[in-house]
Amino acid sequence: MTVTSQTSGEATSGPGAILGFLDRIRVASEYLVIPLIALVATAVLFSLFLLVLGKSPVDFFDLLWRGGFGTAFSWQNTLVRASPLILTALCVAIPAQLGLVIIGGEGALVLGGFIAAIVALPFIGWAPFWLTMPVMVVGAVVAGALWIGAVGALRHYRGINETISSLLMYYIAVAIMNFFVEGPFKDLSNPNKPSTAYIGDGNRVGKIGDTEVHWGLVAGIVLAIALWILMNRTTFGFAARITGGNVRAAKAQGLAVGRLMVIACMIAGASAGLAGYFEVAAIQGKANASLAAGYGFTGILVAFLARQNAIAIVPVAILLGGIAAAGGLIQRRMGLPDATVNVLTGLMFVVLLVSETLYGRIPLFKQRGS
Amino acid sequence: MAVTDLGLMTVPLAIFAGAIRVSTPFLFVSLGECLTEKSGRINLGLEGTLVFGAMSGYATAYATGWPWLGVLVAGLAGSVFGMIHGIICKLPKVNDVAIGIAMMMFGTGIAFFLGKPFIQPQAPHLPAIDFGFWTSIPQLRVALEINPLFFVGIAVAIAMWWAFKNTRAGLIIRMTGDSAATAKAMGYSVDLVRFLATTAGGFLAGVGGSFLSLYYPGAWNEGLSSGQGLMAVALVIFSRWNPLACFGAALLFGGAGAIGPALQSIGISQGYYFYNAAPYILTLLIMIASVSPKRSLRGAPGELSITK
Repeated sequence: MTVTSQTSGEATSGPGAILGFLDRIRVASEYLVIPLIALVATAVLFSLFLLVLGKSPVDFFDLLWRGGFGTAFSWQNTLVRASPLILTALCVAIPAQLGLVIIGGEGALVLGGFIAAIVALPFIGWAPFWLTMPVMVVGAVVAGALWIGAVGALRHYRGINETISSLLMYYIAVAIMNFFVEGPFKDLSNPNKPSTAYIGDGNRVGKIGDTEVHWGLVAGIVLAIALWILMNRTTFGFAARITGGNVRAAKAQGLAVGRLMVIACMIAGASAGLAGYFEVAAIQGKANASLAAGYGFTGILVAFLARQNAIAIVPVAILLGGIAAAGGLIQRRMGLPDATVNVLTGLMFVVLLVSETLYGRIPLFKQRGS
Repeated sequence: MAVTDLGLMTVPLAIFAGAIRVSTPFLFVSLGECLTEKSGRINLGLEGTLVFGAMSGYATAYATGWPWLGVLVAGLAGSVFGMIHGIICKLPKVNDVAIGIAMMMFGTGIAFFLGKPFIQPQAPHLPAIDFGFWTSIPQLRVALEINPLFFVGIAVAIAMWWAFKNTRAGLIIRMTGDSAATAKAMGYSVDLVRFLATTAGGFLAGVGGSFLSLYYPGAWNEGLSSGQGLMAVALVIFSRWNPLACFGAALLFGGAGAIGPALQSIGISQGYYFYNAAPYILTLLIMIASVSPKRSLRGAPGELSITK
């Protein structure tokens, strides 16, 4: 990259020779700085909101830090919550590369967790972990893949808006689980909360070392890296991104747009289904209404905040996991309702999308000579 | 009044009564969405507007004792949400679908936050008009107690249908929705038209929300709305952006939503969850049946990102 003395903005002080490498970092840092501006703006707006309510923003952010990241215990809590968020955010980010906005990842998570608990039933009590686990994983992944894959197929073959259909299918998935959990698969030994039978200690996913963090976090990170490579370094990913950029151009190039969409949606559903498996096998031990805890919806925000980049999802999921982990502490200490975290994340989402308008407008990040 | 045994008539009657009650919020939200979409913009955030309308309406009715004031406040709160959506979407590079999702999360979050103190107390309900004064059958009497908002909704639907066809404002909205370039060439501000349409759409959605908390089911809680706001978007597509068809579609959806409670009232609770899922399944089936990728949708505003 040649550095010309012609600068397009006043912020680029010193027209001297800067190394091209540094210049590339400067241009690329736009994608880091603007989301950070959005986060700071969210913090400011939320502080104003707290001040209006007569609560101290300093206390709030102090508790947020302590509850999410301050101690080893809070870090473990944060990471436990981050692992399903990584997987549900991938459920948004992969179809987003093709221009699809899927918001029903929660449905694939619920159904995946439910199917995992069901297919484990014949194995409970006699089969070793290494026999039951693959069956459960395959059940969850296939259920999730078919569920969101259907959304992609409906979009391509019937022209049905994927945002609406995926949300409708979330409600249907919850109804399916509730029906079976309170009916044919109800565990009679647990009358208080309708659930499937306990999968047994032997079939639970273990914790990493001495921590409370389970292997779902590792699975999420590995999958995030693998999917980043798939989307950025393979022919499939290239074709998918062309489709996302311009469907007509992709069709003109002879790309099988429909197949790409369905496959991307199946990958997305599979990762959300896997999140369901880990929620059952590592956290709950059974499938019940607690599966619909909102990870699928927070995952949407994670994916957007990470700008649909699979690897960036990991740190963002940890950030949002920390906010969720601190929710309980904030609620108890400050006497705020449990929806406080929802207000903060909702506000963050709105501000983040508003910040999209800044791209290409800040002279500091402009390409030279453009 | 003694309960009369109506035998097999119980279920259809309960579905009829339920259809009228359940359809009213659908009607208001879909009319709001129809107006917004006619101007060429989509607002997926009406789910959040609906929930916030329900909360603010209930809180106002509780605090003042006037449920109709609650309806008004809910509508005004809804228009504030519409305004925010309208202002943000005006910015370049901002995606209206994504903003809708964010506003949905923000709206429900802030409604749950501010609505926490109002979950327990009982606010006065909206009065209903008793059309069943002539009958002595209690179930029929209950079924014929119809909330005035239902008729307001019908009136708004007819007025909107007429206004789109016959008024200058209606023509400007349709023109902005079909071709922003044309509207610009004619000297109208596309952003202003869409801002006003989104604001008015938010008002209607807020009113729809107040019906939920002030009439049926008639209490504020966090499980009050379950996707009605988003189903309304599907309903508008199904209605081909025709306000009169929105009314028919709302009744159909209301009827589907009433199947579960109607069957439960005669003791059939088997498969309750599936009957409750009926509106979602119906929406999906209707979309599968009525949308086609081969031809563009009749009546669809040309500028709408969702149909492009």
